[in-house]
Amino acid sequence: MLLSAEMNPPDQLNEALLAEHRPVLFRYALLQLKDSELADDAVQETLLAAWQASANFEGRAGLRTWLIGILKHKIADHWRRSAREVVTAEFDQIDNDEDESDEDAFFMSNGHWNGGPSTWNDPEAAFKQQEFWTIYETCHNNLPAKMAQVFMLRELVGLDTDEVCQEAGISDANYWVTMHRARLRLRECLEIRWFNQPKTKKENNHA
Amino acid sequence: MRSCRDITALVSQGLDKKLSLGERLAIGLHVMMCSSCRNFQSQSQFIRRAAKGYIKNLHHQPDNKTET
Ligand SMILES: [Zn+2]
Repeated sequence: MLLSAEMNPPDQLNEALLAEHRPVLFRYALLQLKDSELADDAVQETLLAAWQASANFEGRAGLRTWLIGILKHKIADHWRRSAREVVTAEFDQIDNDEDESDEDAFFMSNGHWNGGPSTWNDPEAAFKQQEFWTIYETCHNNLPAKMAQVFMLRELVGLDTDEVCQEAGISDANYWVTMHRARLRLRECLEIRWFNQPKTKKENNHA
Repeated sequence: MRSCRDITALVSQGLDKKLSLGERLAIGLHVMMCSSCRNFQSQSQFIRRAAKGYIKNLHHQPDNKTET
């Protein structure tokens, strides 16, 4: 059995194998294009292109990375075609790389919290409010560009940690540090901009 | 005794990989006594759910214009 597996063309692409990656590709496209239909089209084109180019594909291990590479081209094509549209605040296009240096501000020199997280009441309730998602997006966009990209690939697109490292070009050690800082920053931003805001502001919002 | 700084770093790692028994114990003992780290722990999980929710919300918007 091992032998026959080795004799087959090693990693033949098939529809089922490609379809497995559709959700991840869709989320990636959706984050860039901000439109479900456009995202769906881009994914469709990507899978089709992948299918046609399957002879060029080597090794199933990097399939998802390869597909994302194709998808990026499709998305770039889209922006080129609709060049008149102004792209605002796309997740990984902002260049605010200023202080990516440390989480020192969050902790005192003895390792204790400087301030520290307060308790949030019923945080899930926020999910029902459109205003919360705007703030969530703002907080994400406030992250330094590289950090935002790493966090996006992991938590929003849903890549595995090793795929994120490859895609973002960072080391394993760098990954842990970056994700942790992103969480510290997002947490603080959401606390300041949402959870510590007066209740009335939130409850007035019946959309 | 590990500091809040170390514990939160472990909590973050625990979201993406399986921690050792020793590490999990250290977290467990620490958050029993430290409400800030306990909050960080639940809020880091909340942030993960929020990321998924954000995508879902983006997907279900009828168009990509946000009302202002
Ligand atoms: Zn603590």
